[in-house]
Amino acid sequence: MGGAAVPPAFINRKGEKFLADVILEMKSITKEFPGVKALSDVNLVVERGEIHALIGENGAGKSTLMNVLSGTYPVGSYTGEIFYNGELCQFKTLKDSEAKGIVIIHQELALIPLLTIGENMFLGNEKKNKMGHIDWDMTYNEAEKHMRQVGLNESAQTLIKDIGTGKQQLVEIAKAFSKNVKLLILDEPTSSLNDEDAKMLLDLLIEFKKNGLTSIIITHKLNEIIYCADKATIIRDGSTIETLVKGVDEFSEDRIIKGMVGRPMDDRYPVREHKIRPEVGLEIKNWTVYHPLYHEKIVDNKISLKVHKGEVVGISGLQGAGRTELAMSIFGKSYGTNISGELYLNGEKIELKSPEQAIRHGIAYVTEDRKTNGLILEESIRFNTTLARLDKVCQNNVIDTTAEKSVAEDMTKAMGTKTPSIEQKVGNLSGGNQQKVLLGKWMFTEPNVLILDEPTRGIDVGAKYDIYCLVNQMVEEGKSVIMISSEMPELIGMCDRIYVMNEGELRGELDAKEATQEKIMSFIIRATEE
Amino acid sequence: MATNKEKQGNEQFQLGAFLTKYSMVIALVIVFILFYFLTDGRLLYAQNMSNLLLQNGYVLVMACGMLLCILTGGNIDLSVGSVICLVGGVAAVLITNQGFNIYLTILLCLFLGLAAGVWQGYWIGYIRIPPFITTLGGMFIFRGFGRLVLDSKTVSVQDTTFLNIFTAYIQIPGLDNGERILSPLVVGILVVIFIFYRTVSSRANKEKKGYRQNSALADFGRTSLISLVLLAYCYLLSQYKGISVMLLWVVAVCLLYHFITSKTAFGRYFYAVGGNEKATQLSGIDTNKVYFIAYANMGLLAGLCGLLCLARVGSVNGATGTSFEMDAIGSCFIGGASAYGGSGTVSGVIIGALLLGVINMGMSIMGIGDSWQYVVKGGVLLLAVIFDVVSNRKSGK
Repeated sequence: MGGAAVPPAFINRKGEKFLADVILEMKSITKEFPGVKALSDVNLVVERGEIHALIGENGAGKSTLMNVLSGTYPVGSYTGEIFYNGELCQFKTLKDSEAKGIVIIHQELALIPLLTIGENMFLGNEKKNKMGHIDWDMTYNEAEKHMRQVGLNESAQTLIKDIGTGKQQLVEIAKAFSKNVKLLILDEPTSSLNDEDAKMLLDLLIEFKKNGLTSIIITHKLNEIIYCADKATIIRDGSTIETLVKGVDEFSEDRIIKGMVGRPMDDRYPVREHKIRPEVGLEIKNWTVYHPLYHEKIVDNKISLKVHKGEVVGISGLQGAGRTELAMSIFGKSYGTNISGELYLNGEKIELKSPEQAIRHGIAYVTEDRKTNGLILEESIRFNTTLARLDKVCQNNVIDTTAEKSVAEDMTKAMGTKTPSIEQKVGNLSGGNQQKVLLGKWMFTEPNVLILDEPTRGIDVGAKYDIYCLVNQMVEEGKSVIMISSEMPELIGMCDRIYVMNEGELRGELDAKEATQEKIMSFIIRATEE
Repeated sequence: MATNKEKQGNEQFQLGAFLTKYSMVIALVIVFILFYFLTDGRLLYAQNMSNLLLQNGYVLVMACGMLLCILTGGNIDLSVGSVICLVGGVAAVLITNQGFNIYLTILLCLFLGLAAGVWQGYWIGYIRIPPFITTLGGMFIFRGFGRLVLDSKTVSVQDTTFLNIFTAYIQIPGLDNGERILSPLVVGILVVIFIFYRTVSSRANKEKKGYRQNSALADFGRTSLISLVLLAYCYLLSQYKGISVMLLWVVAVCLLYHFITSKTAFGRYFYAVGGNEKATQLSGIDTNKVYFIAYANMGLLAGLCGLLCLARVGSVNGATGTSFEMDAIGSCFIGGASAYGGSGTVSGVIIGALLLGVINMGMSIMGIGDSWQYVVKGGVLLLAVIFDVVSNRKSGK
């Protein structure tokens, strides 16, 4: 424990030099971008056959470090040394590192939906016969061999678009195996998976470990680290803080959070006074939504729910339960066709035909997918902040630039967004800061009902806490909040009531005080078994 | 503190940023100087400089409309040239053959252009037919109608009222007489005074509000440079007939669209749609309407161009306006508009159009044939976009 202050690589090299079988050692890596020092003297030591977690807040430099390792940032663009199997490595491209068996799987899956699993697996690396043509028999045969390795029982000729995200993640791993992987790097592998698929994936990693595969896993989900990792290296602000070893150091969520944020975080969910008012902010009755393309498919079936003023209501469920679809259909029918049912706002029955009307009525929907549905990444914070209610900074349709700037400044401050200026392109911000900009954009519309869809997906502990505080502030002002989340502890920690959805239906309602993960799960499972 | 730090950072990268920001202006200057020498200075003759803007006036007008289409996601309008032919044809036939009232004809023709745009905008915006297909269809349809109206003949217009509205040179009594033309200089000086006033007041405003400022040297240097070019141009105009009404039309359109794209809420929606249509839709913006307006507006401007072309050339036939749309599209891309939408400015487009114009004119003066002009224009377009893409990549994109 006391050794935490000394760089861990140092200990390993001095103390355990002959004991440890080090597969990878990154020494004093420093990487600068114009104006920003992304990594400063980072050290990382990974032993053969271990699962090594890399953790840190968004923008701490984890992905940058892995890009240095994989050759995405070529040698020369950083300083420091990389030793792999004791050899000094100077990778110029991704191909160089892959040739050595270092394979990185990115957060956003790089699979092409309209190609088959087999085609995807050997993309750019096609199996050719002597004539130089693609040998399809060999391709699919090899593909299926690797698919079996990861427990994927599909035909290699299935199109990627026809399998779920969980299986797509497995295809990526099978693809890594086809490249003869020795060191597998996974960047947030479970961020788009439901709990069940996530656990399966982690079990798979543990299984591979027994066969000698080394993995580096980047994740924000601390319970996953506790579950599968042998060591955890914490990076903060571009520097390595410490490496925790399971069985040697205290290896708990609280301990890791302390390392990540630099101070102990006793309460992950800020406390608020529960002042639920009797008036109902928003209520739907018998809300039914059909799929926009397959008109006979019901996505949400006769759902009735309500949220009071000053109340946070959660909607729990697995992916594909119809939660996002429900929220978007309420938000001015921005999803689905043939929507029926009644919608009451402040007790008054209304009909919302477009997102614009929804916004005018004080409803805000903060999407789960900030990059595709939420923000315009090429534009500035200022541009994004005012977009949903541009008229508020306009006079006769002409934008008052001064007013707009001050609005954006204020919102950036209120959200605690870390940025050099409001003219910064949103695409250049870290995930947590992007989420704050997105939230700021919707706060600017002054909503009375705020629908948050996975508001903390893929963002770090500190940013999560900030967002929770904002939610609390909203309800304290008497607003209503609906929170959709796949993270059950988050719902239990933040909500007053929790609805459970599965397969397009409402399966139950729980008071958050008596809710546990098991209870929520049981609602889901019971429903599925029926 | 943070702003201070940033300022320093900015100053360090100033040269690189300056070159990237003004790359097309620099390119324009280089090309200009090059052709100045290649033509033994003839490029700078007053008549040529006056014609430079008048000949390319229609390109500028079209390019303003095309920019809106391109902003929505790199979408282009192929039918512009055909709409010009149709509108020009209708105007010529109404004026010359039917003796229609001039003002009524102009209104009718603008309306006709708008109608063509509305027709295409409806399919593109509300039914979501790909713009390329829709406007390719429009290109054939309107060309066909244009030839029907003209009955495959060339129709000319001699009506002075009509020509005066678009092509006359302005004579201000007292300032201008047959010998000496002072009005361009007076106008030039007034504009320069206005520009300086704007610079000073904008700086004072920023100072008062405590916003970040460019250095006085940068601001006033820029303003002085613009003023100098403007005055020089005005001087040249005063050496050759003075200010044409056409020039006023073109400047008015450019200013209007600059204002729309940079200052109005609706203008901003074009950038938003091009940047991320889904997010824009979920921000409560009617994206269908944005597409619709882009193409309806393009039709209106094409109609105006039809009139401008008719007035300048004096006649119209079945081939009028062929491939004009390509000049407009080229100007937009040379001027830095993104082929994927979401970025581009009217000032950039003006630079792009002028660059093409200078090349055209320079080569014409040198007596180089059409065929080579095409080759060079194509090469310049490609080069400009390559430069844009590569420099974006270098800056860490």
